[in-house]
Amino acid sequence: MEVTENIALEHGLNKEEYKNIRNLLKRVPNITELAIFSAMWNEHCSYKSSRKHLKKLHTKGNKVIQGPGENAGVIDIGDDDAIVFKIESHNHPSFIEPYQGAATGVGGIMRDVFTMGARPIANLNSIHFGSPHHKKTKNLLRGVVKGIGGYGNCIGVPTIAGQTSFDESYNGNILVNAMTLGLVNKNKIFYSKASGIDKPVIYVGSKTGRDGIHGASMASAIFDEKIEEKKPTVQVGDPFTEKLLLEACLELMADNSIISIQDMGAAGLTSSSIEMASKGNLGIELNLNKVPCREEKMTPYEIMLSESQERMLIILENGKENKAKKIFDKWNLDFAIIGKTTNSEKIELFFDNKSVANIPINLLAENAPVYDRKWKKTKLPQKLIIKKDDFKSLNLSDCLKKILKNPNISDKQWIWDQYDQTVMGDTIQKPGGDAGIVRVHGTNKAVAASVDSSASYCFAHPLTGGKQVVCESWRNLISVGAKPIALTNCLNFGNPEKEKNMGEFVECVEGITEASKYLDFPVVSGNVSFYNETKDKGIKPTPTIGGVGLIKEYKKMISMDFKKEGNLVLILGKTEGHLDQSVFAKEILAEKKGPPPSINLFNEKNIGGTVLKLIDQNLIDTCHDVSLGGILIAISKMCIKGKKGIKFNPIKGLINKFEFFFGEDQGRYVIEVSKTNIDKTKQILEENSVHYDEIGTVDKSNIILDNNTNLSVDELENENKNWLRNYMVN
Amino acid sequence: MKSSVIVFPGSNCDRDMDVALRKFGFKNQMVWHDEDSVPKSDLIVLPGGFSYGDYLRCGSIAAKSKIINSVIDFAKSGGLVLGICNGFQILTETGLLPGVLQQNKFLNFICKNVYIKINDNKNKFFKNIKKNILELHIANNEGNYYCSDDELKSIEENNQIAVTYCNKEGLENEDHNPNGAIKNIAGIFNKEKNILGMMPHPERMIDSYLSGEDGSLFFKNLLENFK
Repeated sequence: MEVTENIALEHGLNKEEYKNIRNLLKRVPNITELAIFSAMWNEHCSYKSSRKHLKKLHTKGNKVIQGPGENAGVIDIGDDDAIVFKIESHNHPSFIEPYQGAATGVGGIMRDVFTMGARPIANLNSIHFGSPHHKKTKNLLRGVVKGIGGYGNCIGVPTIAGQTSFDESYNGNILVNAMTLGLVNKNKIFYSKASGIDKPVIYVGSKTGRDGIHGASMASAIFDEKIEEKKPTVQVGDPFTEKLLLEACLELMADNSIISIQDMGAAGLTSSSIEMASKGNLGIELNLNKVPCREEKMTPYEIMLSESQERMLIILENGKENKAKKIFDKWNLDFAIIGKTTNSEKIELFFDNKSVANIPINLLAENAPVYDRKWKKTKLPQKLIIKKDDFKSLNLSDCLKKILKNPNISDKQWIWDQYDQTVMGDTIQKPGGDAGIVRVHGTNKAVAASVDSSASYCFAHPLTGGKQVVCESWRNLISVGAKPIALTNCLNFGNPEKEKNMGEFVECVEGITEASKYLDFPVVSGNVSFYNETKDKGIKPTPTIGGVGLIKEYKKMISMDFKKEGNLVLILGKTEGHLDQSVFAKEILAEKKGPPPSINLFNEKNIGGTVLKLIDQNLIDTCHDVSLGGILIAISKMCIKGKKGIKFNPIKGLINKFEFFFGEDQGRYVIEVSKTNIDKTKQILEENSVHYDEIGTVDKSNIILDNNTNLSVDELENENKNWLRNYMVN
Repeated sequence: MKSSVIVFPGSNCDRDMDVALRKFGFKNQMVWHDEDSVPKSDLIVLPGGFSYGDYLRCGSIAAKSKIINSVIDFAKSGGLVLGICNGFQILTETGLLPGVLQQNKFLNFICKNVYIKINDNKNKFFKNIKKNILELHIANNEGNYYCSDDELKSIEENNQIAVTYCNKEGLENEDHNPNGAIKNIAGIFNKEKNILGMMPHPERMIDSYLSGEDGSLFFKNLLENFK
């Protein structure tokens, strides 16, 4: 087939880019070459709109072994142990086919982690759906949850934490972000950089089929009414094969046969082979007739673009082929020598003894387009003026009940019951707390992880929102007693060709950078998902942060459930009653305007550090950060989890009770302290200049707000737990 | 005491079972599905997971695997066999235990703590166990035990119901039946009671930092009963 400009446009390239390709090649590309360019130059693989801004991210730290640029980031957790982790989006496929989209998202991120030699030890996910009233929401939610469970449960990796939100901006574009943590010996990490000439290039795993062709280009396009037609571009997952691939790869990695290894993710064989060669400044030669194919008569074009799952590309040391093949035979997986490394610095493909592509690698990698897109700053919105009269008609307990069953606050047990949370026998905090925790097998250490995002805050003011999400992640780790080490980010945004959306991206990244630098909480991996837009409607900016922290002695971890009647309850950090952008403002006052709560990084660092001291000295029994819904929601959840109540002290200060109980001021924690430890605790708080308020005492079974308001925790639990279950069953 | 954990492609609770058996004093070895026979053992365990992907009926391919003949011979000669979760499914597929495990009533995977009541302790698995009700953990999609009326009559007559789902106090009813199993059955024996298949995972409950500790009771007691 003769390549024309129209064909190039159909492959998602624009006129300028196609012209550029012809100039660089000094000829017209053939169809296979065009396919390779389109795959490498699309947004998903090239980061052409985001690269300029991602360079600003704070990526260094003394615990960072590997920052962004590899299959996943790696951090040092002491004693030669390292944690490999990354978060990745699978938004577009999940909207088209929720089960397979979500399942292969989980499969893909686990492969990124075990490609580096790490055994996956925990999964997390952050999933976002449209309004519960939207006709597609229920089925999408059901499919996504089943897909995540179906894949992760089968592999036998526990899902330890997650986040689910509903917002109408996701009506036409749901978000599915999956994160995996793996454990590796820090001296046995595998990288994707090829080295050495004439080394065999090995294909292992599943056979190549026609599924997923153009998957990466689809993820770089906006949706229209014809999305159903895109179903064939969604890959199909096979968790059983992935489990075999995981075991086979780890078995091969135990010895020194592998020079480099890369999973075939987006843009399959194309991007994996080119990335390995590009990083090693080498060339690569492949004979496509040797690629194991599932279907008959597949063309070089299809073979290069297929996104069939559960496949890996390995560059082996010479002479190790037989030994490696034996391992893959044992696990019943395909193993084929499909080419070799060369010094040509080109990708050279052969099919039926003919050359079908011949492209200098630097044209695909370094010469890929980089755009400095126009962007617009978002002004800080005016603060809301809420009249006293607006509060007059409100009743505190009604507000509390209403907010507890708000879809974004309600309990998500219906979801996580469907995930295996305990396989591997090291899960010591399950979903539903501030962070999930798994022990580092056979040691006294444990790793905590949390996923967070705050789209409303980011939409109102991206710079503040970006900072807030990093702080939220930091607080969630602190709350269980983990020292935050590093984070991974999944940047979900609308169309970067629109100035507003691009501005949201730029400013969120700026916010993330500022907070992560200040808190010494570097970014070690991540991905960008643009074009989350359907028929001109984009999503709210949703950067998702996956934070990872270390607990040196897991016996010191703490949880959020109230423990003992008579213990004192303190709020750390100042309560000023910021209602703008709060759940209360939206749910009770139907008010969506105003600025998000501001972030004070000095306080965050100081209070967080002090909480860790209190936990380390075993002074506090319980800790929970105050987030969505404010103090009363945080405390209600602590009561529900601990099957205890609380008697509140009278509120001091100038703000009214709604501002006090539902304000979403940042940088706050609720702690429970026994009478024995209260003096020592206060002393440490004062020494570190941490503001605190004593707000009540743990009670038997009721929340006693004042003389007139006494609520049974059992009843509140029903409000909180039933919403999602009823929604899904009815 | 020597135990063997059979590892099928797709098994994923094999390591957890190995950790638990060793912790409580068994000398455990892992046996790959492709072996001809199981080395000399006092106990054979079929662990949880998704053997061969469970793409056909759960456990059905494992029931035709190379190693399984040796497991069947061992069981028929009176050797102790324990099947947990997928292991239970495999035992029903081999015919060593009656009945089948269907998809859960609400068609979802379920991962949570449950209580089970021990119905018979005149056997090597539960003899002398200190508690009558255990808190264990389930994690499965096909844990809904079913058998024909005749089979049910027979397993009841022979006291083959090993454990049943219940509440904390031991009450067995529909509210405390997580997956729709007939008669709240969570696990059964063969007639001779040397084979036990059950859905709950004792190996996930072996210290106080995990979901619970009642799994420890199970393994400690099992080892005691060998002595």
